[in-house]
Amino acid sequence: MILESKIPEGSIESKWTQYKGHCKLVNPPNKRKMTILVIGTGLAGASAAATLGELGYKVKAFCFQDSPRRAHSIAAQGGINAAKNYPNDGDSVFRLFYDTIKGGDYRSREANVHRLAEVSSNIIDQCVAQGVPFAREYSGLLSNRSFGGTQVQRTFYAAGQTGQQLLIGAYQALERQIAIGNVTMYNRHEMLDVVVKDGKAVGIIVRNLLDGKIERFAGTAVLLCSGGYGNVFYLSTNAMGANATAAWKAHNKGALFANPCFTQIHPTCIPVSGEYQSKLTLMSESLRNDGRIWVPKKKGDERHPADIPEDERDYYLERKYPAFGNLVPRDVASRAAKEQCDTGLGVGTSKKAVYLDFGSAIERYGKEKAHIQDIHNPSIDKIKELGRIVLSEKYGNLFDMYMKITGENPYLQPMRIYPAVHYTMGGLWVDYELQSTVKGLYVLGEANFSDHGANRLGASSLMQGLADGYFVIPYTLGNNLAQEIYNKPISTDDPIFDISEKAVRTQIEKLMNIKGKTSADTFHKRLGKIMWDKCGMARNEKNLKEAIIEIQALKKEFWQDLKIPGSQNEFNPELEKAGRIADFIELGELMCIDALHRNESCGGHFREEYQTPEGEALRQDEQFSYVAAWHRKAEHEWELFKEPLVFDSIKLAQRNYK
Amino acid sequence: MQHYKMNLTIQVWRQKNALEKGQFESYQVKDISSEMSFLEMFDVLNEQLLQEGKDPVAFDHDCREGICGMCSMYINGKPHGPWQANTTCQLHMRAFKDGDTIVVEPWRAQAFPVIKDLVVDRSAFDRIIQAGGYVSVGTSGNTIDANVIPIEKQKADMAFAAAMCIGCGACVAACKNSSAMLFLSAKVSHLSLLPQGQPERKIRVLNMLNKMDEEGFGACTNTNACEATCPKEISVTNIARLNLEYLNASLSKQD
Ligand SMILES: Cc1cc2nc3c(=O)[nH]c(=O)nc-3n(C[C@H](O)[C@H](O)[C@H](O)COP(=O)(O)OP(=O)(O)OC[C@H]3O[C@@H](n4cnc5c(N)ncnc54)[C@H](O)[C@@H]3O)c2cc1C
Ligand code: SF4
Ligand code: FES
Repeated sequence: MILESKIPEGSIESKWTQYKGHCKLVNPPNKRKMTILVIGTGLAGASAAATLGELGYKVKAFCFQDSPRRAHSIAAQGGINAAKNYPNDGDSVFRLFYDTIKGGDYRSREANVHRLAEVSSNIIDQCVAQGVPFAREYSGLLSNRSFGGTQVQRTFYAAGQTGQQLLIGAYQALERQIAIGNVTMYNRHEMLDVVVKDGKAVGIIVRNLLDGKIERFAGTAVLLCSGGYGNVFYLSTNAMGANATAAWKAHNKGALFANPCFTQIHPTCIPVSGEYQSKLTLMSESLRNDGRIWVPKKKGDERHPADIPEDERDYYLERKYPAFGNLVPRDVASRAAKEQCDTGLGVGTSKKAVYLDFGSAIERYGKEKAHIQDIHNPSIDKIKELGRIVLSEKYGNLFDMYMKITGENPYLQPMRIYPAVHYTMGGLWVDYELQSTVKGLYVLGEANFSDHGANRLGASSLMQGLADGYFVIPYTLGNNLAQEIYNKPISTDDPIFDISEKAVRTQIEKLMNIKGKTSADTFHKRLGKIMWDKCGMARNEKNLKEAIIEIQALKKEFWQDLKIPGSQNEFNPELEKAGRIADFIELGELMCIDALHRNESCGGHFREEYQTPEGEALRQDEQFSYVAAWHRKAEHEWELFKEPLVFDSIKLAQRNYK
Repeated sequence: MQHYKMNLTIQVWRQKNALEKGQFESYQVKDISSEMSFLEMFDVLNEQLLQEGKDPVAFDHDCREGICGMCSMYINGKPHGPWQANTTCQLHMRAFKDGDTIVVEPWRAQAFPVIKDLVVDRSAFDRIIQAGGYVSVGTSGNTIDANVIPIEKQKADMAFAAAMCIGCGACVAACKNSSAMLFLSAKVSHLSLLPQGQPERKIRVLNMLNKMDEEGFGACTNTNACEATCPKEISVTNIARLNLEYLNASLSKQD
C-alpha cells in the first residue's frame, strides 16, 4: 500500500487556496440525496454536522452521551489559538504554523498544519458571530493570553471554560440544523462497526444504549469525530466515557492507525490521591502564565511551602529554560517534573508532586490594582487581597475545582501538581482531505493524527476540531462526493450489513457469555498500570517488550474471566465499558509496538536510550522522519507503512527552549 | 487536611426501567476514604454489587469535572447534594462522616422520565434549545472580523455568566413546580445580552417559552429554589430579564 497524502502542488501558502479554487463541488439537489453519518458531536463532529446540514446534505449524527452538548470537548479549559495578531506582538500565520511544527517536534505534515494556521482566524470570527462570549478587555475588544511553546499572546479564552463555550456555540448551530430538519440526532447511541463494501465505507452499525437494540444506518460517507484514546491509561484527564472503539473498529476494517504511541502527558494535573481514583483533573496550562513551578532545593524538606524561603526553592523550569521559563511545551515540562520527583525532590504525601505557586502573581497584580485604585502605600495584606481578586477573575473556576478536590486553598498555598495523560496525537491516518485509507471514511478532530506531530501545543486542539469541522471537511468531502452522484445509495438491506451486524452481535454475546469473576473496571485499571509504567512518560526497549507480553496475557484473561451483569437488551453500562476495554487492550498492544519500533525520542515519545547529555529528547531524523501507519493483519500482527515527512518550509532543528 | 475512613448506609432508588415501579434499596459500604469523590464511592458500591451478583446502580456521569452536566443525583433531599455551587461528581466524601445514611434519588420531574435507577431522560432541554436557543448565523466563517463590534466588558461578562449553564437540570429537580425557567432564562440572557443575539431576540423568547410549556415543565412561582441549587450559580435575575424580554416581545407582537 502506498500512502497517498494528496498534498496539493504549489507553495505552502497557496496550497489551500488553490485546492479550494479547484476542488469539485456537489450541487444542492444532489447534496439532498446524500446521507452523511457523523460519529461524535464534540467540536469536530458538531461543527461538521451543523455545516454539512447547512450545506444541504442529509446528516445523521451520533453520540453516546444523553445530549450532543456533553461531548468531551466541553471540558477544555484554557483556550483556543488563532493567528489574529490583535496584540500586535509579532504573530502571523507563518509563526503559528512554525510554532506548531516545532512544538510537535517535526513529526507532523506541513501542508495540514499550514492550512490549520490559515483558517484559525476564521474560527474566532465564526464563534463570535454565534455568540460565544470570549473574554474581553475594558475596551470591549477580545482578550488574549499566552500558552506554552510560544512567545506571543494568541490564545482566546472564556475564563477556564473555553471548550464549554465553543462547544455550546457549535451545539447551538447543530440544534438549529436539527430544528430545520437537516440533521437527525441520535443520542445514547454507540457506533460499533463501520460497514465497508468493496473498500468503501457505506454505513455503520450502532447499539441503542437505552434498550440494546442493534441498528443499521447507510450513508454516502462516514465521518469519525470520536475523540482521543487517552483513557487507554485508565487514569487520564479525559471524560470517563471517552474511548477508542469507533476508531478501533474502523482500524479493524482497514483504516491505518498512525503514530499510536504519541501520547501527551500534561504537566499540570492534580496528583493521584488513592487506589480508588477514577480520573485525574487537569489544571489548565493557562495557569503557567501566572504560576511558577518549584520544588524545595533540599531533599525531604517537610516544611510548609510558605515557610521555605525564596533562596531554598528551585524554580527549575526558569533555571533550565530561561527563554521560555514556565511556558516551555508540555512534554518538556512534564519530563522535568518527573525528573525532580525521581530524584526525591517531590512534595506532598506521595512525593509525586511539584508546586505551582501563584504568590508572585498575587503580589504583582495586587500592586497594579492598588495603583489603579489610587491606594498609596498599601499593606502587604491589602496587596494580596487585591491580587487574589484578579486571579479569581482569571482562573476562578479552576481554583474552585482544585479546592473541591483537594480541600486545600490555592489562593493561600501553592497547588500541588503532577503530570497526567491528557491527549493523543496519534490517531487514524488521514490524507490532506481528512480521508482515511478506507474510501468514504473521514476522520476529524482528536481522532485523526494529522496536525500535532509528537506533541501538541496548548490551545491548538480546539482550533483543529473546529477547523476540520467548519472549514476543511465541507470542501474536501464535496471534492470526493462529486463522483458519488452517479452511484445509487446503498440500502441497509444489502447483505454486507447482515455480515457487519452479525459480527457486532457475536462480539456482544461473547462478552456476555464469559460470565467470569472480574469487572471491566478491574481489567481497565490493570491495563492502565502496564501502559503508564512501561509506555508512559519514559519508555525503553526492555519495558516495552515486557508490556507487550503482559498485555497479551491480560487480553487472554479478559476473555476468560470478565463479568458483566444483566443482559444485552437493556441499558447496561457495564456492557458498554467491557466493549470499550476490549478495544483498549488491543490498542495498548499496538501503542507499545509503535513505541518500540520508534528508536528515537521526539515530543511526548521519550525513549530513554535516545537523549541529549542534558536529558532532552533526541530525534533520529535520518531514520524516523516519517509517519508510522499500521495496518492490522491478524491478532497481535501489524504491518508498518511509512509516510515520509518532507519539510520544505521549515528547517529541521533540535528544539531549543533555552 | 485531615483524611479519614468511614462506613456508610446508602439508600438508593432502584427502578428497572421507565415502566416498572421503583423502590429504595439499602446498601452498606465500608472503608470509604474522605478523599474520594461521591461517584468514586458509587464505583466502590457498584463493584461490591457486581461481586455479590447484583445489578450495579445505573447513573449518568462523564467528565467528573463539573462541566458536562451529565451527573444528576438527588442526594439527601438536594440536587447534587449538600455543597453549594457544586455538581454530584465534584462532591467529595469529606462532606460526610462515619455512620451517615445517604439517600440518593433520580431527578424527579414529569418532563424528565426515569430511564433506569438514577438515569433520567433530559432530551426536553435539547428541544427547548431547538426552539430558538441560537443565533441563526451560517457556519461559513465569512462573517465580519471578530473585533469589529466591541462589546462592553461588563455585558460580555454577564453573558458569559449566563452561558455557563451546564444543562444539568438540577434547577428543575429542585423546583416544586418542575419549572425550567432558570435553564431557559440562562440561554435567553446569554444571547440577548450580546449584539449578535439582537435580531432574533423577540421571537426567541416566545418560541422557547412555548416549547417549555409544551414539554410539560411547570410555571415559575419565584421560590428561588433553582438558584440555591444551581451548580453554576446562575442567578434568578436572569429570570427577571427573561420576563422583561417576554413582556417586550408580547407587546410588540400586538403592534
Ligand atoms: C480536561 C481537558 C482540557 C483541555 N483543554 C484544552 C484547551 O484548553 N485547548 C485545546 O485546544 N484543547 C484542550 N483539550 C483537548 C481538547 O479538548 C480535545 O482534544 C478536543 O475537544 C477533542 O474534540 P473532538 O471533537 O475531536 O472529540 P470529543 O469532544 O472527545 O468528542 C467525541 C465525540 O464522539 C462521540 N463518540 C465517541 N465514540 C463514539 C461511538 N463509538 N459511538 C458514538 N459516538 C461516539 C462522543 O459521544 C462525543 O460526542 C483539553 C482536553 C481535556 C481532557
Ligand atoms: S441553570 Fe443551573 S441547575 Fe439549571 S440546568 Fe443550568 S446549570 Fe443546571
Ligand atoms: S460528570 Fe460531568 S458534570 Fe458531573
